[in-house]
Amino acid sequence: MIELVGVSRRYGERLALDDVSVSLGDGQTLGVFGANGAGKTTLLRLLATLLRPHAGTARVLGCELPGEAWKVRGRVGYLGHDPLLYRDLTARENLTFHARLHGVATERVDAVLAGVGMQRRAEDPVRNLSRGMVQRVATARALLHDPPLLLLDEPRANLDPKAAELLEPLIGRESGRTRVLVTHDVEGGLAESDVVLGLRRGRAEIAGSADARALRGLYT
Amino acid sequence: MTRAAAAILRKDLLIEVRTKQSVPAMALFSVTAFVLFHFGLDRDRLDGELASGVLWVTLLLATVLAVNRLFAHEREQGGLDGLLLAPIDRTAVFVAKAVALYLYLVLLELVAIPAYAILLLGPSPVDQLPALIAVLALANLGLATVGALVAALAAEARARDLLVPLLLLPLLTPVLIAAARATEPLFAVHPETGELGKWAGVLGLYDLVFVLLSVAVFDFLLED
Repeated sequence: MIELVGVSRRYGERLALDDVSVSLGDGQTLGVFGANGAGKTTLLRLLATLLRPHAGTARVLGCELPGEAWKVRGRVGYLGHDPLLYRDLTARENLTFHARLHGVATERVDAVLAGVGMQRRAEDPVRNLSRGMVQRVATARALLHDPPLLLLDEPRANLDPKAAELLEPLIGRESGRTRVLVTHDVEGGLAESDVVLGLRRGRAEIAGSADARALRGLYT
Repeated sequence: MTRAAAAILRKDLLIEVRTKQSVPAMALFSVTAFVLFHFGLDRDRLDGELASGVLWVTLLLATVLAVNRLFAHEREQGGLDGLLLAPIDRTAVFVAKAVALYLYLVLLELVAIPAYAILLLGPSPVDQLPALIAVLALANLGLATVGALVAALAAEARARDLLVPLLLLPLLTPVLIAAARATEPLFAVHPETGELGKWAGVLGLYDLVFVLLSVAVFDFLLED
């Protein structure tokens, strides 16, 4: 499903990812850990085809990046720092817009809104929603086209326990989807992961498996 | 591509209707500029080449305002990644943005031309309206095409407020020249349409070149 071999990515002179290799099979979860600036978001954006690798080989969903990026787009559910929602549109309008872009029947919008418990606030502009609600709508956006691969950057941020529980079947392990999960919650993330990747200043200090103590060491 | 372009256009127009950011600002700018020209030139009535030049410089500068805002919602609300993640031909983004800008220009001109006729223009443009509309339609296509291209180029740039006018105005100079020359006889005290065809042809050729160029390069502009 995902195979990175010696992948590097620069921002100007700074190496954000340096010779990172990792592989992940269908239905598995890759837990990505590391302090701020370690390269986690860069990795996620690269897998989402939003960034090109500058060196190495990257295969996602059987497609080589960046050459076959167009085949990957539309098969990835990306939930990053930004909700990728227009604040001046309602939750429903945002999802309907994304449904049209992805060629998904607009009837599915109601189903995903119900799935994240936002049908009652569907007609509210996103700017009037709380952070947790925005996160729920963003989750609905990421799931709208039923992607086989989820790229999740702190997906439970801003969610109250009830909302987190509601979203668990959709984005948790029980969703059955292949997931790349960026999190600072070492214990929780480790419990969810089949493969772990520990990044420090762009380098893969831990790749494969690790215990919580080793992962906590990334933050020192 | 049509489906995606229509979806993006619909979204942009909905946000513009709701926020009223681009078109009212363009219209207000144009009317203010006419008032400033009135006092700056110390003239009540303009005709001929001066009338044509004042109109087109004003419309061109008003276009800069809209171009600066064309990707604002994507930039400020993270929507550009949303567009880039979608399985769409990225030319659809260009088409939607160019059509949106074209519509903004039409709405601007619906306000600015009558305002110009009332505030500054000497000869009434009513008799020359079909020819004037033809020139505006051709010039708008050039402004919208190049505007969408430059807006995409500057969308992620840090100094975009500087970059947009610095790139846009030189690129649009041929439109300004051709549109002003085409309009000049229409605003003359004794209107004629002698060279209208020639300058309309120049505008048409410019539009064609930049439409083709934009379609060819737009995909690369949005690449990382």
